[in-house]
Amino acid sequence: MIVLEKRPQPSKAWSYATPLVAVLATMVFGGILFAILGKNPIEAIGTIFWEPLFGEFAFYYRPQLLVKGAPLVLIAIGLSLGFRAGIWNIGAEGQYIMGAIFGAGAGLAFYPLDAFYIFPIMVIAGAFGGWLWASIPAFLKVRFGTNEILVSLMLVYVAEQMLASVSLGLLKNPEGFGFPGSRNLQSYESAHNAELIAGSGMHWGVVTALIAVIFAYVLLNRHMLGFHIRLTGEAPRAAKFAGVNPARLILFCLGLSGALAGLAGMFEVSGPSGVVSIDFNVGYGFTAIIVAFLGRLHPVGILLAGGLMALTYIGGEIAQSQLGLPAAAIQVFQGMLLFFLLAFDLLTNYRIRAAHSEVA
Amino acid sequence: MTTPLLSLQRLTKAYPGVVANDQVSFDIGEGEVHALLGENGAGKSTLVKMIYGLVKPDSGTMLLRGQAFAPPEPRAARADGIAMVFQHFSLFDALNVAENIALGMENPPPMGDLASRIREVSETYGLPLDPFRTVGDLSAGERQRVEIIRCLLQDPKLLIMDEPTSVLTPQEVEILFETLNKLRSEGTSILYISHKLEEIRTLCDHATILRLGKNVGECVPSETSARDMAEMMVGSTLQTPERSGREFGDVALDVSGLSVPSPSEFGTALKNVHMTVRKGEVLGVGGVAGNGQDELLGVLSGEIQTTADAIKFNGQPIGKLGPTARRKLGVLTAPEERLGHAAAPDMSLTENALLTGSVREGLENNGFLKWSETKSFAEKIISAFDVRTPGPENAARSLSGGNLQKFVIGREVLQNPDVLVVNQPTWGVDAAAAASIRQSILDLAAKGTAVICISQDLDELMEISDSFAALNEGRLSAPRTTTGLTVDEIGLMMGGAHGMEVAHV
Repeated sequence: MIVLEKRPQPSKAWSYATPLVAVLATMVFGGILFAILGKNPIEAIGTIFWEPLFGEFAFYYRPQLLVKGAPLVLIAIGLSLGFRAGIWNIGAEGQYIMGAIFGAGAGLAFYPLDAFYIFPIMVIAGAFGGWLWASIPAFLKVRFGTNEILVSLMLVYVAEQMLASVSLGLLKNPEGFGFPGSRNLQSYESAHNAELIAGSGMHWGVVTALIAVIFAYVLLNRHMLGFHIRLTGEAPRAAKFAGVNPARLILFCLGLSGALAGLAGMFEVSGPSGVVSIDFNVGYGFTAIIVAFLGRLHPVGILLAGGLMALTYIGGEIAQSQLGLPAAAIQVFQGMLLFFLLAFDLLTNYRIRAAHSEVA
Repeated sequence: MTTPLLSLQRLTKAYPGVVANDQVSFDIGEGEVHALLGENGAGKSTLVKMIYGLVKPDSGTMLLRGQAFAPPEPRAARADGIAMVFQHFSLFDALNVAENIALGMENPPPMGDLASRIREVSETYGLPLDPFRTVGDLSAGERQRVEIIRCLLQDPKLLIMDEPTSVLTPQEVEILFETLNKLRSEGTSILYISHKLEEIRTLCDHATILRLGKNVGECVPSETSARDMAEMMVGSTLQTPERSGREFGDVALDVSGLSVPSPSEFGTALKNVHMTVRKGEVLGVGGVAGNGQDELLGVLSGEIQTTADAIKFNGQPIGKLGPTARRKLGVLTAPEERLGHAAAPDMSLTENALLTGSVREGLENNGFLKWSETKSFAEKIISAFDVRTPGPENAARSLSGGNLQKFVIGREVLQNPDVLVVNQPTWGVDAAAAASIRQSILDLAAKGTAVICISQDLDELMEISDSFAALNEGRLSAPRTTTGLTVDEIGLMMGGAHGMEVAHV
């Protein structure tokens, strides 16, 4: 009989090894999936992981990695702080949308004024929009004890309705021939989140994501607040005994993750996307949950996981166009990654042992 | 005299370091409600686990209706008509009542038949329960009914109940007692484990009292006062304190008119608690578990806040302050539950040193943590209190209970508190470690710290306390000087002579 035996303390080696093992298992089982779909598994896996980095058109795909990875990392960093404390913000997608609406709205309010302060105002407005949206579940949880998972998730759909509404109304481009969608911020220089180095994909969102990683690392490892976050997640009663105020922690964690998601939305709408439109959001807020866990809720891990996830996105798109793999297969592939990670995670705290049946 | 239903003869069970049951013998008659009475750790659970086949005795025999009885596993015990309701339920929240009961049966009948039998039994015994309700929606009392009905469906000869009323409201207790009386009148024997004396006096025909694994006496509860039973539980071998005549300083902690509801549904609210502790004094708070000990610690640590004036430290009202502010002033606490309350299991000892030490040891600077100082503080605790661990980077849960307890107490003692409150400081700790913890508390008091020691170990309280009070259903008896306190008087203070309640209200 095989039994799981709890380790006296979590294994360091396994906590580093599980993401790698999970990636390998995903490649194997993803390969099987692709083979069943009638594709050459090695070619498919190669396309997903190799092509964007070192393929013929890598010069085009590499900047895309930054563009896709930055919002994932930025959102995931915010989520990870809450997740560490057992506060589950599932609605980053909605906060991302609200950040984009607020950021773009602030910028468009100044149109066509040309001034250096417009972009900073948009940054603040974007963060505020996300913070505001995340503060709703935070406030309801603190005040009435509602479940933040449900409230934050449902607010995603409310945000989507808001997005549709402003695309068709408030923020609609007056010169857009009646088509839905706002003015293109890429062609409004004061509001444009342009690449810092042309052709590199490096925009302010990427810089902010890197700053967020460093900030989160310092917070969690060097600051009392970060210690309290970790303590609350690991032993809520001990946290209360240590003097942590749970309400304040909820407001902080949800608020900060909302602000970061809002920033991600704002950088996206003012840069790579350019336009507030009905189909502006593409699921970064949900994928970031995977990224947060794939990165073991550790800032550096999230940075790497965000890169990996961006890779599967872009590689997946290439595989779709070149090999004709269905989009759903790519999503299953990404889902496998999280599944295997969580499954192998067990080995951090438990060891597998063959046991003889003993009389208790 | 007729043959008893179950006869235990010189049952002995030893675990490493402790003899849980030492030559325990007693009989349970047919149709008798037999109480098994004892303090925590007296060996009650081990004894019933042997009867139920979960634990094998090292020596001794059991006779069921005169036949040798040695169940190798619970299934065998059940087949012989022994059923047990555990203190902690084993039910699946997501399944309904009937499904849960079916899961515990060897050959479950079809669901429809089972449901009608559940209805039948629940009506016969006055245990209202709908077989198709989801267990997750049931109250603790209703969950217990599921467990009881699961047992009754086996038509048991002996029903073992482990502290059944600890999770019940008074109304539910009444319903339970009616059911048990009905079972008795039908000839079912019940072995009733509890330390609630009044309940046993109402319900039980006979009581066996265990103390430190030994059968120390039997009595007929209805003819014995709660006080006498408490004395038997406590034993008459209490040591008289050797220290006396020490001078105390000013009042350090003054609690007056403190009443707080319990944060937990089944906790005990504190009712009009008064006490003062002077500098250098050790106040021992005794009482049977679950009478407000956790709440008292919580309200003193600042986890439960109350009106400002209810608690005063050196004359300053602190009732509204949180744990951090109280630590800053010098009021430190060590809770009973080591893993998860006093310490975070998966965090290192260094991080656990930070948990309460950050303010007084100056381990942070504007919120930024000083890890090297924190590590030195953890190392200081480890060496001063002889905590056996390879080093401060090890997780708290990797330590044995006694070593972690030394760490938790040491963490507070080394912060030089002005007031120290400890709950069960030596619970589950070996004798040598317990002695060193007690000594450190005494040394602290000698330096002028006011100490409140909450404990269920009366010997311990007699050894270290200058004055003694007991918690009983959330009320604290008036503290009295330990010197000259007799076992009689202690029994009266903690045994809950119910006449006193009227006087207090």
